[in-house]
Amino acid sequence: MELVVDKLAVARGGVTLLEGVSFALAPGRALILRGPNGVGKTTLLRTLAGLQPAVAGRVSAPPESLTYAAHADGLKAVLTVEENLGFWAAIHGVGGVGDAMARMNLLDLRDRRAANLSAGQKRRLGLARLLVTGRPIWVLDEPTVSLDVASVALFAGVVRGHLAQGGMALIATHIDLGLDEAAVLDLAPFKARVTVGSGGFDEAFA
Amino acid sequence: MSLWEYANPKKFMQLSAGVLPWVGGLTAVCLIVGLVWGFFLTPDDFRQGSTVKIIFLHVPSAMMAINAWVMMLVASLIWLIRRHHVSALAAKAAAPVGLTFTAIALVTGALWGQPMWGTWWAWDPRLTAFLILALFYLGYIALWQAVEDPDTAADLTAVLCMVGSVFAVLSRYAVKFWNQGLHQDSTILKVGEKDPIAPAFYVPLVVCIAGFVLLFVLLVLMRTRTEIRARRLSALLARERLA
Amino acid sequence: MRALLLRDLRLAFRAGGGFGLGLAFFLLVAVLVPLGVGPEPATLAKIAPGILWVGALLACLLSLDRIFALDFEDGSLDLLATSPIPLEGVVAVKAFAHWLVTGLPLTLVAPVLGVLLNLPGPGYLWLVASLAAGTPALSVIGAFGAALTVGIKRGGLLLSLLVLPLYVPTLIFGAEVVKRGAAGAEVSVPLLLLAGITAGALALLPFAAAAAIRVNLR
Repeated sequence: MELVVDKLAVARGGVTLLEGVSFALAPGRALILRGPNGVGKTTLLRTLAGLQPAVAGRVSAPPESLTYAAHADGLKAVLTVEENLGFWAAIHGVGGVGDAMARMNLLDLRDRRAANLSAGQKRRLGLARLLVTGRPIWVLDEPTVSLDVASVALFAGVVRGHLAQGGMALIATHIDLGLDEAAVLDLAPFKARVTVGSGGFDEAFA
Repeated sequence: MSLWEYANPKKFMQLSAGVLPWVGGLTAVCLIVGLVWGFFLTPDDFRQGSTVKIIFLHVPSAMMAINAWVMMLVASLIWLIRRHHVSALAAKAAAPVGLTFTAIALVTGALWGQPMWGTWWAWDPRLTAFLILALFYLGYIALWQAVEDPDTAADLTAVLCMVGSVFAVLSRYAVKFWNQGLHQDSTILKVGEKDPIAPAFYVPLVVCIAGFVLLFVLLVLMRTRTEIRARRLSALLARERLA
Repeated sequence: MRALLLRDLRLAFRAGGGFGLGLAFFLLVAVLVPLGVGPEPATLAKIAPGILWVGALLACLLSLDRIFALDFEDGSLDLLATSPIPLEGVVAVKAFAHWLVTGLPLTLVAPVLGVLLNLPGPGYLWLVASLAAGTPALSVIGAFGAALTVGIKRGGLLLSLLVLPLYVPTLIFGAEVVKRGAAGAEVSVPLLLLAGITAGALALLPFAAAAAIRVNLR
């Protein structure tokens, strides 16, 4: 059980953003991805999650071991907190809805519709989803957006608990989560060089 | 050297640039000879009078309306399987040409139908099928225009073309089932059975068909070249933004 | 899969889910056509099969863009794509949910609207039978169209343009069943062809739709 990324190149809109990205993530470890806006953090994470194809390189992870959380939380406004979470638990075939709500401090809100949650509460609910997927590798894109200081600390605790159970986390963030044990990978050096006349087969489009 | 090498945009541009004048010239010769011969040097039909001469436009354009779709289907499959950009762009380039041929077939059909059947339009299965084909072309072109990312658009339109082909054939038979129709059966492929078309008409018709095929090739080559240039331009612009 | 079906049904029935809009539209068509065509029973009886089928088809079309667009906007589709359920299964379940909230109710209320349009007596059974056999195809073809246009803002009109030509065979055979049924003629040929199109669409289109969604997500 390990996530290994080998000389990965990713592209958005036909333009290669990052290339030669290599790292490995062992159980119990977290990796923070940093880099300026537009460097390709989201694209890299979506590629790892299998949502878009890689331009080159390889991602090896056990099948169905990744779960992805991004800017959009996948919440349904007309469903309650518990229903939203229960749906994702059922999709992944695991339980623990009550436990997930307790750990993300959502128990008081369990019967409230997602439409009536504040932005931060929605975010907490979106992150609580990670706990009901039963998947070891968390791929998180700016997970702390709209969270207050207390919630950031709460979430850092949840991530730490996940790591303690042998889980892994890959987090793109600008905010210091307080996960001092996590390694940091700066993506700026992997920025794809603009190549002129690469001579590839479809060169005219490169 | 494999055929696929011409799927390289650069090779394709070189080859098509060389071929284009010849195709253009041959198209002009075939169309001028075929149409002049057909319109002015053939006898009037004893029943249909001079209206019959519209077959020199109607039949070739109707054939090419269908063939263009088939060509798009093949190009789409090549794109989906081998990921050659030129193939996807050729399919994109062919669609408006195919739609135009469909429109020509419908309009000439209406012009012919008026004196023959006494009506501009009849819900005849053949006419209806062409109308539906025009809708398929419209949807295909609209999807190309609506999707911004060119590779996404190429993938989606290719899938639409495949599914659309199946449904277009289904529609053809459904429409046949729905109304037996006024339109005569296609006679062109029955030649040799008992000469359903007089040789005086047949030869210029074949020349016209050849002219339309060449015209289609010519237009698709030209439009594909334009698409390739447009792609290259946007790639260069994207590169400049990054640098 | 069951969870997804239940969620989609729940979303459809809760406030703002749009359940019933299709039915109301179907009713409106059945009311407006006699107002436009005139009240003569013989004329209405003649056009009733076609009007009912076109009405059902358009009512179905109304809610198609909701199949994937809402899940795309709120990120659920990304999460479903990374979930243990294959995307083909997601498409099939969502198309089925769409049928349960549109096609099935349309099938059930169609006889009532048949009365409004003076559909001849023997036609009712075949109206229900043809809608039951044909509306699943409308939902699954619609799901394919919705999958193609999911990434496009305000793709509703484009969706109609893409889907309506694909509806042609279903419409022709469906209306033919009712027409023949109402006239007391043999209906088995068009009914079987209609069911065949439905079966083929159900078998193959989820794969095409899933491929389109994957393209749109990347």
